[in-house]
Formats: sequence, structure tokens, C-alpha cells
Amino acid sequence: MELNAKIPSGPIEGKWEKHRFDMNLVNPANKRKYSIIVVGSGLAGASGAASMAELGYNVKCFCYQDSPRRAHSIAAQGGINAAKNYQNDGDSVYRLFYDTVKGGDYRSREANVYRLAELSVEIIDQCVAQGVPFAREYGGLLDNRSFGGALVSRTFYARGQTGQQLLLGAYQALERQIGLGKVKMYSRHEMLELIVIDGRARGIVVRDMVSGELGIHLADAVVLATGGYGNVFFLSTYAKGANGTAIWRAYKRGAAFADPCFTQIHPTCIPVTGEYQSKLTLMSESLRNDGRIWVPKQKGESRPAGAIPEEERDYYLERLYPAFGNLAPRDISSRAAKRVCDEGRGVGPTGLGVYLDFADAIQRLGAGVIGEKYGNLFEMYERITDEDPYKVPMRIFPATHYTMGGLWVDYNLMSTIPGCFVIGEANFSDHGANRLGASALMQGLADGYFVIPYTIGDYLASTKFEKVSEDHPQAQAAKAEVEERIKRLLSVNGKCTIMSFHRELGQIMWEHCGMSRNRALLEEALQKIPAVRERFWEDVRVPGDGDELNQSLEYAGRVADFLEIGELICLDALEREESCGAHFREEYQTEDGEALRDDENYAHVAAWEYAGEGKKPIRNVEPLTFEYVPLEQRSYK
Amino acid sequence: MNITLHVWRQKDAKSKGRFVKYEADDISPDMSFLEMLDVVNERLVLEGEEPIAVDHDCREGICGTCGVVINGRAHGPRERTTVCQLHMRSFRDGDAIWIEPWRAKAFPVIKDLIVDRGALDRIIAAGGFISAPTGSASDANAIPVPKENADLAMDAAACIGCGACVAACRNASAMLFTSAKVAQLGLLPQGQPERYIRVKKMVAQMDLESFGNCTNHGDCEAVCPKAVSVDNIARLNRDFIKSTLIADRRVAVGVEGAG
Repeated sequence: MELNAKIPSGPIEGKWEKHRFDMNLVNPANKRKYSIIVVGSGLAGASGAASMAELGYNVKCFCYQDSPRRAHSIAAQGGINAAKNYQNDGDSVYRLFYDTVKGGDYRSREANVYRLAELSVEIIDQCVAQGVPFAREYGGLLDNRSFGGALVSRTFYARGQTGQQLLLGAYQALERQIGLGKVKMYSRHEMLELIVIDGRARGIVVRDMVSGELGIHLADAVVLATGGYGNVFFLSTYAKGANGTAIWRAYKRGAAFADPCFTQIHPTCIPVTGEYQSKLTLMSESLRNDGRIWVPKQKGESRPAGAIPEEERDYYLERLYPAFGNLAPRDISSRAAKRVCDEGRGVGPTGLGVYLDFADAIQRLGAGVIGEKYGNLFEMYERITDEDPYKVPMRIFPATHYTMGGLWVDYNLMSTIPGCFVIGEANFSDHGANRLGASALMQGLADGYFVIPYTIGDYLASTKFEKVSEDHPQAQAAKAEVEERIKRLLSVNGKCTIMSFHRELGQIMWEHCGMSRNRALLEEALQKIPAVRERFWEDVRVPGDGDELNQSLEYAGRVADFLEIGELICLDALEREESCGAHFREEYQTEDGEALRDDENYAHVAAWEYAGEGKKPIRNVEPLTFEYVPLEQRSYK
Repeated sequence: MNITLHVWRQKDAKSKGRFVKYEADDISPDMSFLEMLDVVNERLVLEGEEPIAVDHDCREGICGTCGVVINGRAHGPRERTTVCQLHMRSFRDGDAIWIEPWRAKAFPVIKDLIVDRGALDRIIAAGGFISAPTGSASDANAIPVPKENADLAMDAAACIGCGACVAACRNASAMLFTSAKVAQLGLLPQGQPERYIRVKKMVAQMDLESFGNCTNHGDCEAVCPKAVSVDNIARLNRDFIKSTLIADRRVAVGVEGAG
């Protein structure tokens, strides 16, 4: 498989500008002759669908939720980065670019990241114009805060609901186009297969989740904006319905899957309480601006937090990383929390938790100011734990939160299947081995508002399309495969519930391929996962029928795919014999326990190519070069 | 805890529904309400029965997908709390819990506890936006917005579109939902050019969708998980009345598309 990233030549500051000029344009009068399918309606999907419809293309947009407004971007709390330098604190496009490449531990593409930083500025303008109610100062200008891993205040926010407000902005732009008839929206529809004709992505097979009917939708290009695959861990901060099915179907049709083992564990989530637990809730890391993280110095401490005197507390992030303190990047903070808990100093009933304490900040600023900044987060915490964070410290623990890996894309965000574009979290592009806080919203919207509308035009203008119809053998074959898979799931009629398999897979993933990994653990996981998968297909029980609303059937299909994705994640983790960012291999660490990269052998993207059922996938490599951000060991000390 | 559930079961939109009784034993008070339903559903599946269909997604109170009436109250007994954030510690051992879908003409039942809320999307599509095509924006700080307006706009924008306001209203009115968007955009300078056309179009769509009228009872605010205020309904009414005057004037001078 050839991996051509198609990075434009010339100095990094001018690459996107030059590329925009070099790309082919579609005549305005011809745009309405083209049709585009967008799968997913989160920040990337909604903004992309709306922007392409504004240009004049005919867009069909699909989402599994009952409304496009409910995509899980809505749950992002903290904020969105942009190199506006409104605070006059030394920020710039170059600094945001530099921080993102370094924060990603040098496993992302410089040219893509630079473009992202460049576009960040326009995103804020666009969102404000749409009426997104960002936080403001008394003078009426926009407020900023600093956010995980940054030494400048470049994060824009709307209380603790930034993702919600940005998504509603994009959703409203999308609804406007729906009202104008330029976008046809298909809610409660799930993509179950990609249709590839003559080597190009030309459509999808979807299931109407209300009637159960399977439909073929054809177009000139397909854009996947279906988010990450983090629910492979069962317990995560993802929405329950979030899944990897769309990208997995594309992978099996020839799209390379890049760096699947780069999965982010977020340091500040509410700890697990019991076996019945269905999901983990994130507490925005903006809380780390004012909260101080600590555990008791003594093992097996049994006193309540308030009774432990100051000198017996270990503010371990402040101690280990004095320059960044509680704001150390996510991978580093998560591992530090795991380490202190492994030492037996964890807090709470399970011992898997650390304190996030606001006592100092409340004393310094008053409960009112803290309430204004974090009120909704405090309330959410109280609802779940029955504890009042104004009075006792929060307890937090890391949880799966985001996947940096995803389908491989070139600079135009096109996968290795021509005509199949991938945007937002679903692609691998910009975050390398670790994503910085407040960068996911930025990337989703940059891809949707400002990249895909240009690059898709170039593809459409430079491609000659044969007319295809639903009767095309490839379209019919794809539909038949979906029918077959559904029939198979419904006919197992075993004795175990779908969730029991998902939970088992999640446990394997968390224990063997979570915050730290090693060869023995991964090899064991690669034995265990296929065994679970085999049992799933022999013993799962999927009640109901295919021709009705059937939540069990939907769930079973997603878990069946997770059982395959999990294996690829472990394989990738096994073959990347270095530590970088969120991928921590115990064999490769510095003396003080930090990640030890191997730039000589692993400064590359691993793009996995499907080789057929039961065959080991092929590991292709895209070398990464660093001309602008010199390779160095990340240090946050 | 041991709980007795009475759950609305309805095969599809065309079938007649009824309450079915289930015993939910050994429920932990730390479970969320949806986790309790997960446990009940797992048991139903193992007993060879069909699990209860219920809408849910983020399970952190922000996506607005979940929403059922619990013992007669939309989203259950806790104020400012969605079903997914409600925990079983809000109930007592031995309680009987009645669970029903949203009831409104504009929200037809699809299956069991799942309803079709597409009408809310169509109200937004009718005018719940600022027309700002991608690429057309000026610098974000070019237009200062008084903090008070920004804060009030954010209060209104907190709406999650769950539909509890409709379910709680004796008229099944969508006024709180619609007014939240009208108010948010009307409070901001960016929203001014379309302010009066927006309110007319959104109200017209609301009426088309068979929602009832508002009679100022305030049940909507009482059940709203995000505490969206009925003040927004007053803002909508004021803008709507103004819009009839302004639009008429524009029609009188021959301006097309005046709503």
C-alpha cells in the first residue's frame, strides 16, 4: 500500500495558502450536480455538512441519534484553543503549532498541525458570528483561560458546556441548510457498510433504526465523521452509542487504520463504584487550574481528607513537575495517578482515586467565584457521588476518553480509499500520541468548516464519475453482507448477554492495553480477545427481530466490531516498541519513569492494512520528519 | 433495595400500549436510574423476554436523549436532573415506580419509552439560527457583547432539547424550548438582523407541529433539567408581538420575505 501524505512543498507558514491556490475548483453552477454523504453529525460532521451545503453541494447527513444535536461532541466541557493572543501573553500560531507537536510527543505530521493552528483563529470568529455565547469579560470582550499543558491562556469557553455550545452552533447552521433543502438529514440511521465501486467510495448501506429497513445511498464522495473507538474499553467517557463500526467497515474495504494504540486516558474522571457501572463521567480538566491534586503520604491512610494535616499530604504533580504542576499534560498526569495508587496511596472505597481539592482556591477566591467558573461541574459531581465538592475534595481517577488513532488520511483528509474522507476524531491526523486539552473541538471544527469544503472540491473537480445506480453489483453485494451479518447475530440465540461480552473485552483492554503496557500483557491479550470473540459468536443472545426498532441488535453489531478493533489496538501496541505520549511500554522508560521514545526506529505513523479474514494485517509506515519542532524529550519539570 | 416497576410497553407506533409490572431486586442506591434499567433489561434477556426500549446516550446529562416520566414527573423527583443523572438513592426500598414515555401529540411513541422528537429539530430549521455562512465572520472581538447579555444568552442556550418541558405542560406546549433559542439569539448583537423574522417563523412552525399554547403555568421551568427560565417566554412574546407590527410594515412597503 502506498502512503502518500501529499504535503504541499514550501515553508510551513505558506503550505495551506499555496495548496488552496493549487487545488482545483468546482464551478459554482456545477456544485449542485455533485452529491456528498456525511456520516456523523458532531462538530466535524455538522460543520462539514453545513459548510459544503452552503457552497451548493447536495449533502445527505446521517446520524444514529434521534437528532443531530445529540452527537457526543456535546459533552466536551472545558474549551477550545485558538491562537488569538487576546491576552497578550505571548501566544501565536507558531506557539500553538509547537505546543501541539510537542504535546503529541512527535508522532503527528507537522504540516497538518500547522494548518490546524492557523485555522484555530478563524474558528472562533465563525462561532461568535453564529451566536455561540462564549464567556466574556465585563468590557464585553472574550475571556480566556489556560488549559491542560499550556503556559498561555488561549482557551475559549462557555461555562463548562463549551462542546454543547459549539455543537449547537454547527447544528443550527446544519438545520438552516436542512430547512433550505440543501441537506437531507437521516436521524436514527446507522451506517453498516461502505460501498466501493471501481476503487472509489461511492456510497453507504444504512439501517433505518426505527423500521429496520436497509437502504443504499450513493454519492460522489463519502465523508466519515463518526468519532473515536474508545468504547472498546467498555467503561469510558464516551456516549453509550459511540462506536467504531463505520471506520471499521471502511478499514475492511481498504482504508488504512493509523496508530490504533494511541488511546487517551483522561486523568480527571469520577472513579468507578460498582460492577453495574455503565460509563465514566469526565470532570473537565479546567478544574486543574484551581484544584490541587494530592494523595496521603502514608500508605493505607484511613482518615477522611479533611483530617489529614498539610504536611502529611503529597501534592505529587506539583512535586514531580514544578513548572507545570497540576496542569501537566494528560498522559503524564494519568500515569502519575496510577503510580501513586499502585503504591497503595489511592483514596476512596476502592483505593483507585486521588483527591482534587478546591479548599485553597475557595479560600483565595471565594466560593462564589469558584461556583461561577465550575458550578455545573460541581453539581454534576454531587449528583453522581452524593458528595459536595465545595466541602470535601473531589475524588478522581483516569478513564478512557479519546482516541488519537483513527483512519489514515493524507493532507486533504482523504483515506487510502479515493473518495472516502475522514474528519474529526475518526481520523488520526493531528494529535500524535497524546492530545492536548481543548484541541479536539478545534480539530473537529477546523476539519469541518475550513478543510473539507476545499479539499473535497479538489477531488470532485479532478475526478471523472461514472453514473452508478443501486443495482450495481458492488452496492447489492455490500447490502447483502449487512443482511447476512444481521441474520447471523439474530440466529446465535446463546445464553450470554451482549453487555457481558463487552464488559469482558473492556476489562482485558484496560488491564492489558491501558495506561501502561508490556510485551507479556499484550501477547496475552492477543490470545484472550479472539477467544472472547469466538465465544461471542457461539453464545450471545440478541433478542427481537431485524425489522423493528431493536436496541439489542444495534448494540450487538457494535460489540462484534469492538471485538475486532481491540485486537488491532493490542497488535499495534505490541509492535510499537517504544513509549510515546499515551502509549507507555514499561520496557521503554527513563530512569525516573518517563516515556522513552525511539525516534530512530519509530518516528513514523503505523498504518494497518486489512489483509483478509483471519490474516495478520499489514503494517505500513509513513515516516515523520520534523523540520520546525526539533525532536527532544518532553519535559514538564 | 427492592423496587417494583410499572413500565409502559408498546410494540410500535401503531400498537396499543400498557403498563407491565417488573420486580427489580438487589438494586444498589449508587446505581443511576438507567443503570437500574440496564440490570432489569439484562435479567429480562436471560429470561427470554424483550428488554425495555429506552433512549439514552451520553449518560452525563448533556445530550438530551434520555427522558421519561417517573411517577408523574418528567425526569423524576430531583430538580435540575436528567434521568441519566438521577440515582437510585433518590428512592426508598420497597418503592413502586411508574415509568412512562413523554406524552404529547407532537411526540408520537415509537416503541416503549421512546418517542419521536423530530418536531423540535424542525422548529430550529424554521429559524433557530443566525445566518452566518462559513468564512463570512469578522474578528471575534470586533463586536463587544455586554457580559450581562452574554450570561443571559448562555442561561437560555443551556437547553438540551430533551422535551421535558413539553411533557410536563398541560397543553403540551413547546414554548420554553422555542423561547430559549429565540431569547439566546435575540440577546446578542449578532442575532439582531433576523430577530423578528426568526421569532415569527419559529412560532409558526411550533403551531404547525401540533404543540399547544402557553397558559403561564410554569410546569416547564419546574421540570427543566437545565433550569431554563420562563423569563424567556416573556422575551419571545414581546418579540413576537413586535414582529407582527414590523413585518406588516415591511409587507406594506413591498419588502418580500418578511416572514
